[in-house]
Amino acid sequence: MHGYVRPGNSQPIWLFPFIASVVVVLSVLPLMRLAVTGIAAFADGGAIEVLFDRTLWSATYFTLVTAIIGTLVSLAIGSLFAFLLTLTDMPARGALSFLFVLPMMIPPQVTALAWVQMSGPSSPLLKALHIAPPLGSPQPLYSVGGIALLYGVQHAPLVYLALRAGLMNVPRDGMEAARLSGASALRTFRDIVLPLALPGMIAGAAIAFVSCIGNFGIPAILGIPASIYTLSTLVFTKFAAFTDRTFGEVAVLSGVIALISVAGLAVQERALGGRDYRILGQSGAAACLPVGRWRFVFLPVLAILLFFMLVAPFLALLAGSLVPAYGVPLTVETLSFHAFEEVLLRQAITRTAFANSLFLAAVTAIGLLVLSVLAGYLLTRRRDAASRMVASLIEIPYALPGIVVAVAFILVFAAPLPVFNVTLYGTIWIILVAYFASFFAVSLKPVVSAYRQLDPALEEAARLAGAGFLTRLRDIMIPLVAPAAGASVILVFLIACNELTVSALLWSAGTQTLGVVIYNLDDSGGSDLASALSVLVVLMVVAMMLLLEAMAKHLPKGAVPWRS
Amino acid sequence: MAKLILNHVSKDFGTGRPAVNGVSLDVREGGFLALLGPSGCGKTTVLRMIAGFEAPSDGAIFLGERLLADPAQSLPPERRNMAMVFQSYALWPHMSVADNVGYPLKVRGVSKDVRRRRICEALDTVRLADLADRRPAELSGGQRQRVALARCLVTQPDVVLLDEPLANLDRHLRQEMEETFREFHQRSGATMVYVTHDQSEAMALATDIAVMSRGELLQVASPQEIYARPEGRLVGSLIGRGAILSLAVPAAAPRKLEWDAICALLGASAPDGGVLADVLVRPEDVRLGGEGAAARVRSSLYEGERYSVTLDLADGQTLRAFSRERPMPGDTVSVTITSAWRL
Repeated sequence: MHGYVRPGNSQPIWLFPFIASVVVVLSVLPLMRLAVTGIAAFADGGAIEVLFDRTLWSATYFTLVTAIIGTLVSLAIGSLFAFLLTLTDMPARGALSFLFVLPMMIPPQVTALAWVQMSGPSSPLLKALHIAPPLGSPQPLYSVGGIALLYGVQHAPLVYLALRAGLMNVPRDGMEAARLSGASALRTFRDIVLPLALPGMIAGAAIAFVSCIGNFGIPAILGIPASIYTLSTLVFTKFAAFTDRTFGEVAVLSGVIALISVAGLAVQERALGGRDYRILGQSGAAACLPVGRWRFVFLPVLAILLFFMLVAPFLALLAGSLVPAYGVPLTVETLSFHAFEEVLLRQAITRTAFANSLFLAAVTAIGLLVLSVLAGYLLTRRRDAASRMVASLIEIPYALPGIVVAVAFILVFAAPLPVFNVTLYGTIWIILVAYFASFFAVSLKPVVSAYRQLDPALEEAARLAGAGFLTRLRDIMIPLVAPAAGASVILVFLIACNELTVSALLWSAGTQTLGVVIYNLDDSGGSDLASALSVLVVLMVVAMMLLLEAMAKHLPKGAVPWRS
Repeated sequence: MAKLILNHVSKDFGTGRPAVNGVSLDVREGGFLALLGPSGCGKTTVLRMIAGFEAPSDGAIFLGERLLADPAQSLPPERRNMAMVFQSYALWPHMSVADNVGYPLKVRGVSKDVRRRRICEALDTVRLADLADRRPAELSGGQRQRVALARCLVTQPDVVLLDEPLANLDRHLRQEMEETFREFHQRSGATMVYVTHDQSEAMALATDIAVMSRGELLQVASPQEIYARPEGRLVGSLIGRGAILSLAVPAAAPRKLEWDAICALLGASAPDGGVLADVLVRPEDVRLGGEGAAARVRSSLYEGERYSVTLDLADGQTLRAFSRERPMPGDTVSVTITSAWRL
């Protein structure tokens, strides 16, 4: 009979197969290929050699050591900020919070570059202030400690956000009840706040750890000059010295990275899942302790930390971009905008990079928006095992370090595509596909939370009004999830525009991204140009974050990652 | 328009107990059926199956000759020509009142002029013509309710479904909206199915009441019939505020009992080998004072227009009554039961 459908389903029949096949291309295929190549490498003995190679083990050692120290630094800074800015009535909490999460969105190679400009004998900033160490003294950041410290700074916001989400759940009345039961403020903190905060703290530390493992920009700039290789920089150098064994080797290396990351993610999962203190009852106000006179201690401490994490590096970067060459002190005479002029107007390579990054970011953001609107609908309407599977498959490439994703996509697309007989490797399209895989989860999250908040009756009313799937999608659903979709577009654009890790492996002549060019310029001694480009990138990041901040009150909870 | 028929409809969500179990129901053309029952009894699931949001796991739903749904196939809601007032009203927040009301017409491809005219008519009917350009967020609860109703009015739906539409309104607005619904039903002549847990709402509005409990249909009848002659203990206790006595009624006795018969039964013990029958006694049929059986006042609650009295009979059974004067708890009074109904 015409017009009848299989019962119990509001989605058109094409929707699930469509989303499922997208997920197969973006997640299943690359990961399978990576696994198969790794296993094949074992089978023909090449991998055994890799496993007995000293560089692998020293890289694993450096990766773990820097990641562990970095995580501890993140935990210390992130917890301090989270407790003070969430539980107390510190002044200027909103602004402090915004500034504190900024480093998270700034590309790691820019952070590294800024810190290099801020310290060491050639720092234009220190020279201008006449406090630079004597020439010939070593750059202290080119060390395990330097890498770990920057990891700590870069990923402290991750701990902050995870912990903050947990602390928001600490109800004020719960703390008041503890005080009335006779507990002192310190005792209340220990007995009530800490147990509730612990899962968030562990989860935050685990995310920070995984991000350290996958970080490429920081060890590339700080580690390679000192011959300290982490797993991700080792993969990068293996590709630079390409042999017929490279694929097998990098597949094994990526496997090691993936294993360490999965272990970290499992810890996070357990921390959040195992200890679910669902807060009972509806508690209106979040906890808010008066800091009183202590603010004269806390506020300067936070301000000094922020100064060294954010302001000083940026000033150093700015100074570095305003001197004619690296090592020249910044004075009124030497100040020049030459580097900005070069970067924006003269250098073909930076213009290409701008064009590439903007193109990739725009297409990724808009393409993923379309996918997210459809996938978000599917995942919220259809709650069966298959859709949960699709949801986790979308998460995997985002959770895995970018370097692993990049290797997986090289393995899939190095050979010409069957049927079409074109090779994606070496073109900008392979970067685009890898971006789609890496950032699908970023794009999906705000859209899914918007769908979750929609009253299902709104769609049902449209169905009774006679609207078919595409009609009600256009007239009802899309307008209602539009604010969240807008946030998702800006967020993906922001992240994709500054991306380095994936494109560092996938670029070739003519397809450099901004991240790659910043790294290459610095690597080849053009640190003034790299600094100028970095300054522009930082300004762009701040502008887009401010835009999202302005949109925040129209967005569903959880749409903007640094607000809770 | 045609008769809405539910034929042995069941719905099992896989929770162990079916949410709806073998419900058969005819809603006559132009009828106003209230689905009444406590929350969780499956009445909303029945409504959602009629709308097409859920498909029956057994049985079939017809509109006249046309099959709407059976376990194998289902006509999607967008093709059923039905309309619904949701408990949350389900107004689209990004559209104006006029756009909300006109959306079913827009989807059907009705031209702009005709659309404008019909929107105006519908808004006039619910007395909201002045607010056509407002957003739903700017309206009060009662106004939103009326917009939702107007959205049902613009098309000529075969069936109008109402899912506890008054649950979110205060008492004063409820009475006003009941009036609006009755008017709407008379004017449109549409078949209406109204889900509610509030029996006074059901009594006031419906031409027929279907009482449900635990997924099953207990009785379908007119409000008067269901109040005077409920079938079974469940319906008797769900409808009205009567007390149920266990009395040794002879099997041959008529179901409607008068005082002479009741008086004789009150003192009597259970017949040998016989069974006790459930007898429903409405509080308005209990008279206090005069000659009658002795009862002790357990409590008396002031309700404004009268006292609601709970009484303990000599054999320990409970009875409810109304009284103009205030009987003191602990007092002994004599009661007469003018009428009772064997369930």
